[in-house]
Amino acid sequence: MSVLLLFGSAWLWEKSIMVLVLFVITLTVAAYATYGERKIAAFLQDRIGPNRAGPYGLFQPLADGVKMFTKEDFRPNAAERWLYILAPGAFMFVALMTSAVIPWGTQLTLFGANISLQVTDLNIGILYILGFTSLGVYGIMIGGWSSNNKYSLYGAIRASSQMISYELAMGLAVIAIVMLTGTLSLKEMAEQQAGLNWNIWYQPLGFLIFITCALAECNRAPFDLAECETELIGGYHTEYSSMKLGFYLFAEYINMFIACAVIATVYFGGYNFPGIDPGSLGGLMGPIVMFSKTFFFIFVFMWIRWTLPRFRYDQLMHLGWKSLIPLAILNMLLTGGGVLLFGK
Amino acid sequence: MNFWERIYLPAILKGMWITLKHFFRKKNTVNYPDVKRPFAPVWRGWHVLKRDDQGRERCTACGLCAVACPAEAITMTAAEREKGEEKLYREEKYAAVYEINMLRCIFCGLCEEACPKEAIFLTDRIVPSDYVRQSFVFGKDLLVEGTEPEKRIDVSKRQKHIQEKIWAAGGVTQ
Repeated sequence: MSVLLLFGSAWLWEKSIMVLVLFVITLTVAAYATYGERKIAAFLQDRIGPNRAGPYGLFQPLADGVKMFTKEDFRPNAAERWLYILAPGAFMFVALMTSAVIPWGTQLTLFGANISLQVTDLNIGILYILGFTSLGVYGIMIGGWSSNNKYSLYGAIRASSQMISYELAMGLAVIAIVMLTGTLSLKEMAEQQAGLNWNIWYQPLGFLIFITCALAECNRAPFDLAECETELIGGYHTEYSSMKLGFYLFAEYINMFIACAVIATVYFGGYNFPGIDPGSLGGLMGPIVMFSKTFFFIFVFMWIRWTLPRFRYDQLMHLGWKSLIPLAILNMLLTGGGVLLFGK
Repeated sequence: MNFWERIYLPAILKGMWITLKHFFRKKNTVNYPDVKRPFAPVWRGWHVLKRDDQGRERCTACGLCAVACPAEAITMTAAEREKGEEKLYREEKYAAVYEINMLRCIFCGLCEEACPKEAIFLTDRIVPSDYVRQSFVFGKDLLVEGTEPEKRIDVSKRQKHIQEKIWAAGGVTQ
């Protein structure tokens, strides 16, 4: 009976449509992030990048998708069969789940109804994101281990120790933000940063720590040791082909998209911009501002990737444990002192 | 390392500034099949076997090009001209088979220099790539120019007196 009631409720329909739309947008952004990555890489290297498929190469992601789907789906004989199949799916699932708590705008007015532009306003939003990004390591670890290949295993071990190390500093940077804002909900954080009252002005050090850790969490250069081609062939996805490999690559771009959205929300005011009312245009202005910020950070991520060389593994660990974590603790102390003295 | 070097940040920002400058720089890429860079007038590419003004093949299968060829890329079989073939071949003897192996050819142009009949010339056409080795053995179908005026291949830029004019005027032509 209660199930029937649930199906009749507008709430369920609203949320379902919201989830679907967000799912499609996330996949589209991830697909075009691959195109953007190649274009930006090319431009930074004085090349022009893909320009054959469609105008300015805009159909390149489609061509890549078709290629991925039609490749031979290879599975090593000695692989742990079910785990090998499960791992890319798990990685993709975790990557997609994190987008649920990000507030893309205030609310949308459609057909006289007010639709919240956030799938769910969890009161522990930022913890939920940290939790799910930690789960992401399972997709990599299971995939690398079940392939039964030493390079895969090396990549997986590197990825997991790297992610665990950098999660600590990331968590400490987030604690400083939580002390400052007094909330764990991303929605409330965004609301507090109206106008130009962004957290970056109070937390510049925290932001630096967070973005460094976000790069490491997304396994992106200069911290892409999990899949460094020069040493490990392909790292944890060496033995993967076809759309299983596609899932891994795609999920990485989704991770990057979400990481950038989180940075924009937590440090750069989310959907707020001075002089722009996020509720205007029927609520569309909020998502526009939010997506602009997110895309800017995606650009910064790519910009960093095509500028910096990869860290050596011991340098990575030194940076994580000996620099970022002490810095994050210092940042926490400073924030605590600041909150104590000035209130906020 | 001092403090600023240890925290990497100034170096990272410097590097990012350099890459950003490259982002807005004009790209040097030439979209090759659509846009072609100008060739030198004496570019040595895909050979052509010329016909004379009346559309007769100039080659008389003397074999001097094959002798001159340092890569031994040229082979030919001579044949005698029959009655009624005067419109096809200029001399009494002609090449029934004329083959250049483009994988052996080093495009030195010695065949062009050796030819007493001004029959073989190198042109500014690039030999296209292929998957099969055998297809690089170019026969007469790929070497002899067509009889129709629009299929004739202009090699006048390779003549010495014209070349001198081109170089005097600044060198490269389209």
